[in-house]
This record gives sequence, structure tokens and C-alpha cells, in this order.
Amino acid sequence: MTNIAISAKGLIVKKGKQCILNELDFVVKSGTVTGLIGPSGSGKTTLMRSIIGVQKCKGELSVLGNPAGHKSLRKSIGYVTQSPAVYPDLTVQQNLRYFATLVRSDKMDVKRVIDTVRLTDQRNQVAGSLSGGQMARVSLAVALLGRPELLVLDEPTVGLDPVLRNELWDLFAELASEGRTLLISSHVMDEAARCENLLLLRDGKLLWKDSLKKLLAATKKNDVGGAFVTMINAAEKAEKMGKK
Amino acid sequence: MKYHIKATFGTTLRILRQLSHDHRTVAMIFLVPIILLSLLRWMYDDNQMIFNLIAPALLGIFPFVIMFIITSITTLRERTGGTMERLMALPIGRLDLVLGYMLAFGLLAIIQAVLASAVLLWGLGLEIEGPAWFLLTMAVADALLGTALGVFVSAFARTEFQAVQFMPALIFPQFLLCGLILPLNQLPDILEATAYFLPLTYAVEALQTVVSNTEVTGEAWRDLFVVLCFAVGAVLLGALTLRRRTK
Ligand SMILES: Nc1ncnc2c1ncn2[C@@H]1O[C@H](COP(=O)(O)OP(=O)(O)OP(=O)(O)O)[C@@H](O)[C@H]1O
Ligand SMILES: [Mg+2]
Repeated sequence: MTNIAISAKGLIVKKGKQCILNELDFVVKSGTVTGLIGPSGSGKTTLMRSIIGVQKCKGELSVLGNPAGHKSLRKSIGYVTQSPAVYPDLTVQQNLRYFATLVRSDKMDVKRVIDTVRLTDQRNQVAGSLSGGQMARVSLAVALLGRPELLVLDEPTVGLDPVLRNELWDLFAELASEGRTLLISSHVMDEAARCENLLLLRDGKLLWKDSLKKLLAATKKNDVGGAFVTMINAAEKAEKMGKK
Repeated sequence: MKYHIKATFGTTLRILRQLSHDHRTVAMIFLVPIILLSLLRWMYDDNQMIFNLIAPALLGIFPFVIMFIITSITTLRERTGGTMERLMALPIGRLDLVLGYMLAFGLLAIIQAVLASAVLLWGLGLEIEGPAWFLLTMAVADALLGTALGVFVSAFARTEFQAVQFMPALIFPQFLLCGLILPLNQLPDILEATAYFLPLTYAVEALQTVVSNTEVTGEAWRDLFVVLCFAVGAVLLGALTLRRRTK
């Protein structure tokens, strides 16, 4: 197989009359951590839903060598939705055991992912009674079950403290070094700094789709936040000029 | 195949576990029909004949309504809570999920129907000519029908308020036309014809024939068959309403 995990050509998503994603072209390489950043409402979640195949879209979008939404992909993608999607009336362990059955994994794997997200002490607690960050970690743990080839994580570290966040990013790097591909959206700029490659989305268009290093060089900034603002401002200026 | 069986039973187990954390709901599922039937007994304390006529019909209607409400809300919660989206991105089949629901609620329905029938026959002194097992089978079939319709109908509700409203909107008309309030042959022609398209009509008819016939009549078997057909139809439609992709 190629070393391309995701590739899009002329990807379009329309909701009603509104064009949410406007002719995106990009590739995500296998075994890398790619950050998906962009202002709120720019279309990050929509793009991720297209990739995992629950969002109707037009254009070409291939994932792990298959068209997005293909049946065979359902067992190879781990997906974390933006708001935690777990059963609030089940315990952490019961939640994971159910999803483990569905991805053909086992009790050992459940124990492993619970340890990974540091919820061992809470494993018998009902998910609805967990703190926001703990709940988000249960949701993340579900995506880790069965060691999927591709992980699509929509703001997986929201509401977590810096120590835990750092630990999880170490985990993401480790997963990538094992050859897995990660696409992670984030609002936190020092997290974006831990991604090899960045996709910068604004208003349904990609402003950047290359490595972090090149972004810093191109914008002559030494931090992602600065580079992010520069790119957005430049795009806004260009838009205004265009209108005049 | 083995996977689909595992996924179905996994789903059933998951739903039962969810309910096991909610003691009040479980208690209400089992107790409410019994309390209502007891109330009915009290109302018709001096009139065994009317009690014999109404109570079996209600034995079919209560589980039907209760299961309908509970399933439509549980399914709707799954749809709005984000877990449905997650499930649709996993290898589980849509039919696996709906059947998992049917099994879980079907099990509750069986317990509910057994309890209510037992209380009705031996506690409240219902007198029937026909076999008790048919009464029970019919009550379970009605509960399964309610479950299947609940899954199906939840697809058309956006909010829990809407889902609850489907009860009066879809169940009450069936209740009014099922032959309990007014015998079918006394209804205006159009309404009588309409009644034969509604599953509850068959449910009530079957339950009422058990009261007066010692054998299970051909008509009663047909009624059971019709109710089960409606249930299977609703299961298939329910599975179709689960969408892998949204616009
Ligand atoms: N059903 C819909 N109809 C019309 N517009 C919609 C619909 N759903 C989403 N949108 C719009 O699509 C755009 C992209 O939404 P999306 O959720 O992908 O943004 P996002 O980048 O993930 O934002 P955030 O960072 O806040 O999570 C938003 O402007 C949103 O208002
Ligand atoms: Mg989002």
C-alpha cells in the first residue's frame, strides 16, 4: 500500500444552500500526526465526519485506499466525536466492554485503554457522574479500542489539565511511531505545535496543508499561534481586496 | 454471522445494563400495568361481565403503550446523544442494533406480561374460557409490536417532546378505533375499514375471543399473525431509518 492515508480532491460539503467545505485538496501521510486547526465554525468537524463516512460529500475522498464511508473502513477507523459520545448511565468499564464487542476486541484491550487514559480508579463509576475531562477520556478510550489504523480525533483534549494533555500527546506520538495515522483537531496552539503536519481551515477553505516547519518559515514566526493569526489576517485582507 | 449475533446480544446486554442503573423505570414497567388493572377491578367490582370484557383488552394495550414510549425515547436519546453516530461508524449492522433493542425490551415485555396476566387471572379473578397461555402470548406480541413501532417512530422525532407526542398522535386513534370503546360493526363504514389497517384492532380482537372461546379459534391465530407481521414490518422499517450518512 501507499504511504497516503487520506487524500481528497475537490471535496465539497453543502448543507442547505451553504457551502461548508469548498473544494478541498489535501493528503494525509500514513504514520503521521496531522493537526486540523481553524477558527470555530470553519468546518473541522464536518471534514472529520466526511472522512469517517457519516457525512455526505461530493468530490474525491479516499481513506486507507477506499472511498470514504466504505464498509471495510468501519473496523479500521477510531473516531472521537467533539462532545463525548458514551452512555451516561453505564459505568466506564461497561461502556468500553460494549464497544469492544462491536470492534471485535476483548477484555484485555478494555483494561489497556482504561489504563492508557488513566481512568483505572474510575472504571466502576457511572459515566454520567464523571467530570467533563474524565468523560472526554472515556470517549477517547473507545476510539483506541482494537488499535485502529486511523484515528480521527475531534478536540480530544478539551477540558484536560496540561499534565494529562501532555501525556496524551506523548501517546499520540507513540501511536504514530507504530505506523498509525492521526488526524487531530484542536484549538490549543501549543498542541498544534506537536503536529508534524498542519491543515489550517478557514471558512471551508484550506489556508495551509504542509509541515509545521514550513509554516513557521513561510510566515516568519516562531510560534504556531502567531503563524495562525498571520495566515488568517492575510486571507481576510485578500478577501476584502477581492470584494473591492 | 457470528459477529452479528455477538453484536446483537451485546446491544441487548448493554440496554439491560443501562436499565439496571435505573431502578425506578424498571419498577414502573412492571408495576404500572398491575396497578391499572387493579383499579379496573375496583371500578367494576359489581360487574364481572364488563370486567371480563375490558380487562383482557387492556392487558394487550398497556404493554403496547408502555413499551412504545420507552423504546421511542431510548432510541431517540441514542440518536441525539451522539452514540448513534459513533455506532454507525462501527461495523455493527443496522438490523443488529434494532434486533438488540427488540430482544432487550422484548425480555422486559415478557416479564411484564407474565406478571400482569398472573395477577389478572389469579389475583383479580378474571374469568376466561380459553387458555391462559394464549392470553400471555398475545400480551407479549403486543409489547413487541410497541417496541418495534417505538424504534421506527423515533426516527421522525427531533426532540423528546416530539417523541412523547407520538403517543397521543399514533396510539390514541388506534385505542379509540380498536373495538373496545365501540364494537367495530357499529362504527361508520369508513372508520370500520380504517380500523382493519391498525394493528391494535387485531390485538384487542384476539384477547377478547380468548374470554368466550374454549379453543384458540382460527380468527385468534390470524390476529396473532397480523400483529407479528406489523411488528416485523416495523423492525425492518426501523432498521432502514437508521442512516449511516447524514446530509
Ligand atoms: N445542519 C446545518 N445546516 C447549516 N449549516 C450547518 C449545519 N451544521 C453545521 N453547519 C455550519 O457548518 C459550519 C461548520 O461547522 P463545523 O461544526 O464543521 O465547525 P468546526 O470547525 O468544527 O467548529 P468548532 O471549532 O466550533 O467545533 C458552521 O458554520 C456551522 O454553522
Ligand atoms: Mg467542531
